[in-house]
Amino acid sequence: MQRATLNRMTPYAFMAPAAIVMVIALLYPLLYMVWGSFRDWNPAQTIGETEFVGFKNYVTLFYDPAFRESLSVTLRFAVIVVGVEMVIGVGLALLLDRNIRGMSVLRTLFILPMMIAPVVVGLMWRYMYHPTVGTFNRFLKSIGLEGVDWLGQNALMSVIIADIWQWTPFIFILALAALQSLPRSALEAARIDGATPWQQIWHIKIPLMMPVLIVTCLLRLIDAFKVLEVILVMTEGGPGLSTEILALRISRTATEFRELGVAAAMSNYLLMLLLILTALMFAYTKIQEAREARLRTAAEEDL
Amino acid sequence: MPTIRLDNLVKRYGAVEVLHGIDLSMEENEFTVLVGPSGCGKSTTLRMIAGLESVSEGEIYIDDRPVSHLEPKERDLAMVFQDYALYPHMNVAKNMSFALRLEKRPKAEIDRKVREVADMLGLTPFLHRKPGELSGGQRQRVAMGRALTRDSATFLFDEPLSNLDAKLRGQMRAELALMRQRVHKNMIYVTHDQIEAMTLADRIVVMHGGYIQQQGTPEELFKHPVNKFVAGFLGTPPMNFLDAEVVDRDGAVWLIGKGFELALDGEHAAAAKAHRKRHVTLGIRPSDLDFDAEAGNETSLELRVIVSEYIGAHSVLMCDCGGQQVVVELKSETPIPLGETLRFRVNPAGMHLFDRETENAI
Ligand SMILES: Nc1ncnc2c1ncn2[C@@H]1O[C@H](COP(=O)(O)OP(=O)(O)O)[C@@H](O)[C@H]1O
Ligand SMILES: [Mg+2]
Repeated sequence: MQRATLNRMTPYAFMAPAAIVMVIALLYPLLYMVWGSFRDWNPAQTIGETEFVGFKNYVTLFYDPAFRESLSVTLRFAVIVVGVEMVIGVGLALLLDRNIRGMSVLRTLFILPMMIAPVVVGLMWRYMYHPTVGTFNRFLKSIGLEGVDWLGQNALMSVIIADIWQWTPFIFILALAALQSLPRSALEAARIDGATPWQQIWHIKIPLMMPVLIVTCLLRLIDAFKVLEVILVMTEGGPGLSTEILALRISRTATEFRELGVAAAMSNYLLMLLLILTALMFAYTKIQEAREARLRTAAEEDL
Repeated sequence: MPTIRLDNLVKRYGAVEVLHGIDLSMEENEFTVLVGPSGCGKSTTLRMIAGLESVSEGEIYIDDRPVSHLEPKERDLAMVFQDYALYPHMNVAKNMSFALRLEKRPKAEIDRKVREVADMLGLTPFLHRKPGELSGGQRQRVAMGRALTRDSATFLFDEPLSNLDAKLRGQMRAELALMRQRVHKNMIYVTHDQIEAMTLADRIVVMHGGYIQQQGTPEELFKHPVNKFVAGFLGTPPMNFLDAEVVDRDGAVWLIGKGFELALDGEHAAAAKAHRKRHVTLGIRPSDLDFDAEAGNETSLELRVIVSEYIGAHSVLMCDCGGQQVVVELKSETPIPLGETLRFRVNPAGMHLFDRETENAI
């Protein structure tokens, strides 16, 4: 073999181990799942013994009210949670983007919730939501108000509050980083141009932070669609189907209803949803990059 | 048009004092240039006038009204930043009209104003481009245009040309001088480039180490610098400095240094006599030395020519005078032989004497 060819092959040789691990650990289970989703599959059977049913699992799911309810819960959960988190996170970042003594301590405190393990978060909130001995109801009663049926009638809201508590910091730090990398002098120019603090936020800060905010928002959405532990610990999907998000439904379909094929099909629906979001995110960054490249060439032409 | 007055302005960052009491008053319509080496506090002074930095002590008056507690927008001024500080997400027209749009002026008026200024600065073809799509010189113009669209009483410039290459800088400097004739406003201009200062200013304020060294017209400062710093800072090539002793001999006052003995003329002699200290520094601008083989010993320097640079209309000679370097600028085109020792007559009016310790002019 020629030396040049050898040289060209070298990088691939180094990448090969990682590629092999990827194929085994990532692609194989994925294909196994896709394959399984076309079969009528009971956990007692090996996949070889199962019957091929085509798209039956997908079609059944499509008309299954429980699945639809679960999908709707997931969508509502994700949209509300991410929406509120974006508003609070960005708002906090705008508020705390200043150099006052003690601000760094405050910032550190704000990101603590994110560092706690989800199961612990779930347990913590479950106790706080407890109808009689929970922190919230005890407090409400102490000031003479009625207790709230947190994890009963208002389960979805309660779960949403817990998630907001945990994940707002994520948006907060990314927004703060974006804010602190804004061109200082453009903001000073805006002050001289007569912009009030609000106008600076609306006309300068938010538009300039937009690229970071959009990617942050998509990342959080992807994450919110996959949420499981906190809700599992807090409500196990109940009462009824009120907090049964997709991840929970999938796990129940596989273990309780013993329908691996249907569970696999459901996972694929979720996967497609996430793929669309991911594609959107990549498309967005690609568009941004293309735009910047165009700007650069335009600027060079005029020199 | 208002007058601006700084009264004993002090700026501290924590315990560090960077401005030590700046007193300055600017007349109506005056083009004031703050000039000085990097870090001397020019930008800080300008930013305090703009309201971007707080005032630690002292007061700023605009038309005799104290303004140091006012927000920038209440001071009626426009500013051009060193890095231009354009809004990256707005196109040129939006950038220029931002202040007017915030004021909710009628759309027709905004359009007219933007078109007018864009026309004046040659920006009309680029009105719909974003700053990222412009070259450095064009961005600079947009920054200028953004300031001009507002009818502010005062314009502040913080080293607006320092990010441009040499050729473009020269061109923009000329355009600024032209704009200066058309726009009658107060202008305060910060630069570290003494050529910009000399060509643009009605009044130059030389700063150094957080103090004002001297202020006056370019000519005053060039001809009568109050100390060695100002003398050395203004003018290219810079002034030559030679250490010398003042000596009385035969009824005349002499300046004696390594490799030269010069007789002082009446005015300088009187000043040197009145000044009691004998150790002085003699300052002579390169253009105040002229090749003259016949000149007498007491009015000329004997210099050994080391390097000669011919730059078209004149040549610059690097010479040696008793171990100290002296630069000479010659108008004549006579070739000067290198390595030889020649006589250069000193223009008596161009002699500056400074106390060697205090560095103040005598
Ligand atoms: N935010 C700041 N904190 C501390 N020191 C500063 C700050 N800004 C400027 N300085 C100091 O003040 C002095 C004057 O700065 P500046 O006005 O920017 O100088 P220049 O004349 O180059 O524009 C410098 O020594 C600089 O280090
Ligand atoms: Mg500066």
